[in-house]
Amino acid sequence: MCLAIPMKILKIENNIAFAEVGEIEYQANLDIISDARVGDYIIVHAGFAIEKLDEETALENLKIWQDIAEFEEKRQQKMG
Amino acid sequence: MVKYIDEFRNPNIAKSLSQKIHEIMPDSKINLMEICGGHTITIFKYGIKKLLPQNLNLISGPGCPVCVTDNSFIDSAIELSHLQNVIICSFGDMLRVPGSHSSLINEKSKQSDIRICYSPMDAIEIAKNNKNMEIIFLGIGFETTVPLIASSIISAKSEGLKNFSVLSGHKTMPNAMKALLDSEDIRLDGFICPGHVSAITGLDLYKIIAEKYKIPCVVSGFEPIDMLESIYMLVKQIKENISTVQNQYTRVVRNQGNQKAIEIMNRVFEPVDAEWRGLGIIPGSGLKIKSEFQQFDANQKFDIPLIEKKENPGCICGNIMRGINTPLDCKLFKKICTPQSPQGACMVSDEGTCATYFKYSL
Ligand code: SF4
Repeated sequence: MCLAIPMKILKIENNIAFAEVGEIEYQANLDIISDARVGDYIIVHAGFAIEKLDEETALENLKIWQDIAEFEEKRQQKMG
Repeated sequence: MVKYIDEFRNPNIAKSLSQKIHEIMPDSKINLMEICGGHTITIFKYGIKKLLPQNLNLISGPGCPVCVTDNSFIDSAIELSHLQNVIICSFGDMLRVPGSHSSLINEKSKQSDIRICYSPMDAIEIAKNNKNMEIIFLGIGFETTVPLIASSIISAKSEGLKNFSVLSGHKTMPNAMKALLDSEDIRLDGFICPGHVSAITGLDLYKIIAEKYKIPCVVSGFEPIDMLESIYMLVKQIKENISTVQNQYTRVVRNQGNQKAIEIMNRVFEPVDAEWRGLGIIPGSGLKIKSEFQQFDANQKFDIPLIEKKENPGCICGNIMRGINTPLDCKLFKKICTPQSPQGACMVSDEGTCATYFKYSL
C-alpha cells in the first residue's frame, strides 16, 4: 500500500504534485503536508504525500555510514 | 540509479553494520519484533536474517492493515455491496480476503459493483460522476492512511457531496503494541517501529512502551541499511540496559510527526474500541468518524445486518499476527494456501507475513 520510494516534485497545480521516480510520473495530493515545493522529495502513500524527505539529513546519514564502512574495510585489510 | 534508494542498499555499508551488530551482540537470545509488514518484506527481500547473529530473532507483528482487519468488517462490506445503487470502493488487496462466507472479489463476480481505488480521492471522483449512486469507501489502515481518508471526507463535505461515505475499520498502533506486551504470549526485547505511521504520529506514542514496559523502540526506514542500523540501535540499547525511543528514519520522520496530518485526522476521527484479527477487541485502538461528519459514516448511514462471524479453522493468521507462530507452522501454507488461492488474510496482502514467506522463502 505504501510506496516507500521518495519522488521528486516536478510541478504543482491545485495542490497536486506531479512527481517522478526513475522515468515514471505520479500525481500526489499535497493536502496533508506543509510547504512542499518543486524540487522537494516526497513520500507518497495512497495518492497523498505524507511527508517530505529531508535531503540534508539523508546525505549526512549516508556519509557517516560510508565513512564507517571505509574505515572497517581498511581495518580488515590491515588485519588480513 | 534511484536517488535516496540505491544509496541505502549499499552492500559495503550493510556489511559493516552487520559486523557492528555481531560485535556488540550479547550471548543471550534477543527477540525483536518488526511491526510493519513493509519491514518484513525488506527483511526477506534482502536476506537481512543471514546478516544477523544466530541468537537474534526477528518476529513479524501486527502491522499489515489488511491482515489485522477482522472478518466482521469484510462481512459488513459484503452486506453493503448487496444494497441497491451502491458502489463499493476499496484498496485492491482487500478484495481477495476471505470473510465469513465470501470475499469481495466473489461478490464482484456475481452482481455487486465493487471497484479498486488507489486513493480515497478516486472514490470521491466516482461519487461526483455517479450522483445517483451511493459510494462507500472501505477505510482500512493505520495512522499513515487515516489522515488522507480524513482529508477526503473534509473535501467531500466542502464540496457538498451527499453520496459518499466511509466504512471505518481504521486502527491505531500503540494500543496494539501494549496489548501484545500485556498478553505475555511472547517475550519481546525490542520493537522496530513502523516508519510511515511514525512520519504522521511522531515518536511520542512509543514513549509508554519504552518507559512503562521498558522495551526499546527504534523507528526504522524501509531500505536494508535502515533495517540493519535500527537493529544495531536496538541491540545497543538492550546491551546497555536502557529503553528509549530512537529515530533511525530521520530523513523522513520528524520527532513531533506531521502536525498538519494529525490535526486533520483528529478533526474527523475519534478513538473507539476495535476488533483485531488475532488480538481480539483492544480498547481505544480503532477510529470512528466524529458526529460532526456523521453523514459520511457508512455505519450511521446504512443499516448493516449483523452476520454471524466464522473463521477458517485451519488458518493461524491470528497467531502469526501475535508473533507466536510463523507461516511455517500452518498446515495449509503453500499446500492449500497460496497467493493464487489465499485461505487467510495474511496470504492476500503483499505486506502479509504468509505472502512474504511464500514469495521469498521458496
Ligand atoms: S498460510 Fe494461509 S491459512 Fe495458513 S495462516 Fe497463512 S493465511 Fe492462514
